[in-house]
Amino acid sequence: MQPAPPWWRDRRVLPWLVQGVVGLLILVLIAFLLGNLIRNLTAAGLLLSFRWLQQPAGFDIAETLLPFNAAMPYWRALLAGLVNTVRAVLTGLVGATVLGTLMGVASFSRNGLLRGLSRLYVEVVRNIPLLLQLVFWYFVVFLALPNGTAALQLPGLVLAKSGLYLVGLAGSLGEGLRWAGPQLVNGVWQAPLRITVEFAALLTALVIYSGAFIAEVVRGGVAAVPRGQWEAASSLGLHWFGTLRHVVLPQALRVIVPGLNTQYISLAKNSSLAVAVGYTDLYSVAETTLNQTGRAVEVVLLLLGAYLAIDLLISLLMNGLNQLVQIRER
Amino acid sequence: MTPVLRRLRQELFPTAADGALSIGLLSLLALAVVGLLRWAFGKAQWAVVQVNATLFAVGRYPLEQQWRLWLLTALLAAATGLSWGLLRAHPRPDRTGLLWPRNDRLAVAVLAAVALLLPWGLGLAAALQLRWWLITGLLLLVRWLAGRFGAALRPAQLRLVPLIWPLLYLLGMVLINGGLGLMPVAPSEWGGLLLTLLTASFAILLCFPIGVLLALGRRSDLPLLRWGSVLYIEFIRGAPLITLLFLGQNILGFLLPGGLAPERVWRASWVLTFFAAAYLAEAVRSGLAAVPPGQLEAARSLGLSWPRALQHVVLPQALRIALPAMVGQFISLLQDTTLLSLIGLMELLGTARTVMANPAFLGRNGEVYLTLAVLFWCCCAALGLGSRALEHRLDPRSLPQASR
Repeated sequence: MQPAPPWWRDRRVLPWLVQGVVGLLILVLIAFLLGNLIRNLTAAGLLLSFRWLQQPAGFDIAETLLPFNAAMPYWRALLAGLVNTVRAVLTGLVGATVLGTLMGVASFSRNGLLRGLSRLYVEVVRNIPLLLQLVFWYFVVFLALPNGTAALQLPGLVLAKSGLYLVGLAGSLGEGLRWAGPQLVNGVWQAPLRITVEFAALLTALVIYSGAFIAEVVRGGVAAVPRGQWEAASSLGLHWFGTLRHVVLPQALRVIVPGLNTQYISLAKNSSLAVAVGYTDLYSVAETTLNQTGRAVEVVLLLLGAYLAIDLLISLLMNGLNQLVQIRER
Repeated sequence: MTPVLRRLRQELFPTAADGALSIGLLSLLALAVVGLLRWAFGKAQWAVVQVNATLFAVGRYPLEQQWRLWLLTALLAAATGLSWGLLRAHPRPDRTGLLWPRNDRLAVAVLAAVALLLPWGLGLAAALQLRWWLITGLLLLVRWLAGRFGAALRPAQLRLVPLIWPLLYLLGMVLINGGLGLMPVAPSEWGGLLLTLLTASFAILLCFPIGVLLALGRRSDLPLLRWGSVLYIEFIRGAPLITLLFLGQNILGFLLPGGLAPERVWRASWVLTFFAAAYLAEAVRSGLAAVPPGQLEAARSLGLSWPRALQHVVLPQALRIALPAMVGQFISLLQDTTLLSLIGLMELLGTARTVMANPAFLGRNGEVYLTLAVLFWCCCAALGLGSRALEHRLDPRSLPQASR
């Protein structure tokens, strides 16, 4: 008979032994880090507290949807930053989805040139860092725009160094609304809708970068639909677009939606690069706050919490959408 | 009609609408290309890249110590030539075993063109140009020697060859950092491409074992390991990298006993490593999930212990399946190193920012950013290409039946 294995090789003991050792190691590590944290924070006089959030911020935010001035407390500043982040993420999501879908579908076009261009777009954009693209759009494209009469004028849109001016509804609700385009008043452009070049650069970079990844997701989804579906639809007399719209996309969506979820979340996280071009998003406000208050731990906790919440929200919505597009069994 | 013309017509002008679209796209494309060329050869002033070539390559690395980097480059070239030559000297059974197959001749042509044109285009001094030619010559010479005489090596000796890479990495660290009798050069003086490649390679090498462990932990039956891994992976994947770098720069000092916190460059490298490990773990997990559970059961029933079954049966298959996803992560990690410029480190983008803050080069953003974009594009595309070649090489279906 073989000798019995040592007690620590026993299959009933081993799992508990492994977990015990790992658990102990993790606990010791956490205790070590927390102990240091508390000791160092006490020494610096910065024990964890969130009372500083009520103090006046003392800095201005260049561009806000939420009214803000320097006399308002820190939490209002952070909230204004969060609103700016959400604004960039929402508009970015819409733009990237439209561009990505168009480019993804274009890679199935009959037209060889269109297919090639779609491929070229994806290969170029995916292999260049987003931050580099962002500073390129800001410093090379948008800051090089001329001002005043020399500004680039398109129908309903004026591109100038001072901002992007769009056509929109002007006037107040009482006096009646009317459409108004951008106008040059005393050498300064004015329009109902103005977008700063910082926001425009961030949006352009996010839309073009995420669009390339979404195009790949869409391409994968459409490729997952069997060829027979295309052939059957066209033999029933459906046009190319009708086939796509009524037969292929509904099936492809089942594959596309989970992939989109990942891309949307990474777009939300990538929006934090706004700090590189001076768009005051949540991260940028948090950095200023940290520099003024020195409250590193609290600021980082708030930042991580906020981004986690945005990610979870996107995931929840996309999971809901995913259930909608799945096959319903009767 | 010739086949080429017929093909073109079928691709570009299948219907009238498509024809119009093609013409529109072609003219737009032509406009864009002409505009870009006119800018590149007319308006653009490339002096900003030429004058600062050394800064972009190595940052503020002391001039009198730069021979160490040249030595390292030469060693890397020799090691590349050796590995390349030995791959050709010991071909797989389905290959012809030519010394210079067509792809290799193409690679040599590209390499020679780059080595001749790039230093000349950058306007480097004649001595520096000569060094680049010598290094390229060394690479090709070692490649030829290894290809010609490598077949005489015995399998036992051949197995030692891959070991030169980790050894070279450690040696490179010593050469860059100093120590062992060399004058130390502080990490704050490293910069440019050197810092980008160093942080990226450091993070890629270290995130791999951590990521594999995390993936195994996430698929483990032991609740503590599983939930610990899930918590870590989801926490890291939920946060933008820039907030984690921010955390590393501002909080790590509080988490460690006074004075023990590493230098800023190393802090950022560790944050990158732990960040990439979470993403890599997900890639490896998808590979593990694709290996049929019967493989592990069969290995266990053959008497292999659990770690050995993993090492010899499950992981090789899982990693091969996960390879494209893993290389995708490595590519995005290389791109993510640009974020170090936001916390004040002088990697490529950070160097670019300091160069453009110089009044002499004000407004030369386009030239610099375009150069960096081309550089990054080439690095990332090369990684992707290498991944596809490796995938093909590791694919058991691409081997002939006899050698299985």
